[in-house]
Amino acid sequence: MALLQISEPGMSPAPHEHRLAVGIDLGTTNSLVATVRSGGATVLPDAQGRPLLPSIVRYLSHEKVQVGYAAQAHQADDPKNTIVSVKRFMGRGVKDVDHVQNAPYDFVDAPGMLQLRTAGGVKSPVEVSAEILKVLRQRAELALGGTLSGAVVTVPAYFDDAQRQATKDAGRIAGLNVLRLLNEPTAAAIAYGLDNASEGIFAVYDLGGGTFDLSILKLTKGVFEVVATSGDSMLGGDDFDQRVFCWVVEQAQLAPLSPRDMRLLLVRAREAKEYLTVHGEASISAKLSTGEFVDLTLDTETFCRITQTLVHKTLGPVRKAIRDAGLEVNDIQGVVMVGGATRMPQIQRAVAEFFKRDPLNNLDPDKVVALGAAMQANVLAGNKPQGEDWLLLDVIPLSLGVETMGGLVEKIIPRNTTIPAGRAQEFTTFKDGQTGMSFHVVQGERELVSDCRSLARFELKGIPPMAAGAARVRVTYQVDADGLLSVAARESTTGAEASVTVKPSYGLGDADIERMLRDSFSHAREDVHARALAEARVDGQRLVEATRSALAADAQLLSAEEKLDIERPMAALEKALGASDHRAIKQAIDALNRATEPFAERRMDAGIRRALAGKKIGSL
Amino acid sequence: MITLTENAAKHVQSYIAKRGKGVGLRVGVRTSGCSGMAYKLEFADALNPGDLEFESRGVKLIVDPKSLPYLQGTELDYSREGLNEGFKFRNPNVKDECGCGESFNV
Repeated sequence: MALLQISEPGMSPAPHEHRLAVGIDLGTTNSLVATVRSGGATVLPDAQGRPLLPSIVRYLSHEKVQVGYAAQAHQADDPKNTIVSVKRFMGRGVKDVDHVQNAPYDFVDAPGMLQLRTAGGVKSPVEVSAEILKVLRQRAELALGGTLSGAVVTVPAYFDDAQRQATKDAGRIAGLNVLRLLNEPTAAAIAYGLDNASEGIFAVYDLGGGTFDLSILKLTKGVFEVVATSGDSMLGGDDFDQRVFCWVVEQAQLAPLSPRDMRLLLVRAREAKEYLTVHGEASISAKLSTGEFVDLTLDTETFCRITQTLVHKTLGPVRKAIRDAGLEVNDIQGVVMVGGATRMPQIQRAVAEFFKRDPLNNLDPDKVVALGAAMQANVLAGNKPQGEDWLLLDVIPLSLGVETMGGLVEKIIPRNTTIPAGRAQEFTTFKDGQTGMSFHVVQGERELVSDCRSLARFELKGIPPMAAGAARVRVTYQVDADGLLSVAARESTTGAEASVTVKPSYGLGDADIERMLRDSFSHAREDVHARALAEARVDGQRLVEATRSALAADAQLLSAEEKLDIERPMAALEKALGASDHRAIKQAIDALNRATEPFAERRMDAGIRRALAGKKIGSL
Repeated sequence: MITLTENAAKHVQSYIAKRGKGVGLRVGVRTSGCSGMAYKLEFADALNPGDLEFESRGVKLIVDPKSLPYLQGTELDYSREGLNEGFKFRNPNVKDECGCGESFNV
């Protein structure tokens, strides 16, 4: 007979209607699946009792795929078909990937996302990730004795729309109903039960295999809010392996290595790193395919020295997140450690030193994210009584905006806004009789479109011809709980509508995000100039446009000389528009405005005369 | 009388401890499912009027009076089947079960 779990009071499921929900931590190095049973979150192990599933997929042929430990065993002897750390490639192109020359894969640069040529055919990172998710789904269904009704899959807080979409797609391919994507640090905070405290500000320091995330979480009356996120998606435990690997190559003075030897030494490097967590020194020995022997001893001191820059590198994003949140180090009431790499004593020390307090590390740093995701999934699947579920808010990592005249960015939803979020703004037409508008959706912190990331373009047609500035077009930005954006534009008089859901085919790399953020600070002054110039140009062009159409319509109101008096400053303004001095443009605008004043008055008079012509006083 | 096996009692105690609150374990039946009745297995935060209580291996079991006739003599066990694990009702009153055992008839 069926095996039952204890439910919350009044929440016993009807037979065959179990709402089996799991949380999945789809990690760079390892993945896990967890669920809430009989009131507590637990990680579901495989048949051998192992909780972790190495995020490694090996394609043997078109039919045969190995995932996890079986694939890991062939890392060294079949590197081309054995995909590790595939998460780094999610939603990315070849040029976004660091150390691409060090990765032993046969990359195919497809539009949008790179692909990998394997014995199983050309595979996209989405398909590779789906293989991992499939194994976890099967594991969970065996463990829970039924079909899953839904899953919460975690992603780094820094993942952009393309990477989130890719993750969601992978879930769908794996046959999962993805209830929601959840930021990893947020999941960790849930696992630590930080939501049980009433108030507080916490930092989540998550150094995983391939990504580093720092989040500042604020709790008010049990409500969770991620007030700032920061990080480096190209920094993780793998980089520590890489450092050790480089140290080995240097110490042993090895010639360039075959992919197989490279993989072997990377595995040895990782083993040494893990050993050093509790031991003073580790030996690294390997027999290479060239017949060479590597036999070295790495002590803690050397390990700390060669990885010091990496440890230090994590503190930059920490400072930035604290600054972004408008806080100081002393405001942080607790630090949660997440990710296997935080086991390294030098990390624990650096974090404790920086925050002037011991970090929270009593839960297994490899499991916290999955446990938190399981708790969230349990709530979303409806297994918790009403009123006991928490509200969870995440933030937008980079501002979302729209291109306006002159290549400027109008920010609609600023960075670090909590999601789900919706904002609307009104725009108008630039030219008389304009019947269409084209929208360019961008993401980034800079003032100019060319410095931001293009997400989508769409057009609104069917605006009734009106004078410039008369049309009212309402542009709405909506970001759903998964961080995916949809944009709609609506013209208010006719109700003409157009919209786009941003499912970017090509992601904004986290390295890009970081660079763009850095740029926005270092280019602040430059940007102010660029913005002033672009704005002046738009104003100038608008004035030239208006003057020209007025001249075309009512030239008979002017004498030849008067016409020349307007055309001269207009030509001067057009010339100024070509240069890049915003003050000169402003002056030319003022001059033209002054010159056209009498003409404008005369046009108005003529207009009134025309309107009044042939009408009796009484009818007015 | 309803009892727990030692393994079941151990799990119930650890679940209640992890949950941090609760006065005991509520067992019961309700009408539903393909064979007429289904088990109820819930944490109990409070007693309802008329509830019956049993004590088995240090765990307080709470049963509503209407359910008791269908559960009289039941032993609650905890077992593992492959990757799956959970509670199992060994109920002498059951005449037949649906294929999966989630609902039953007396």
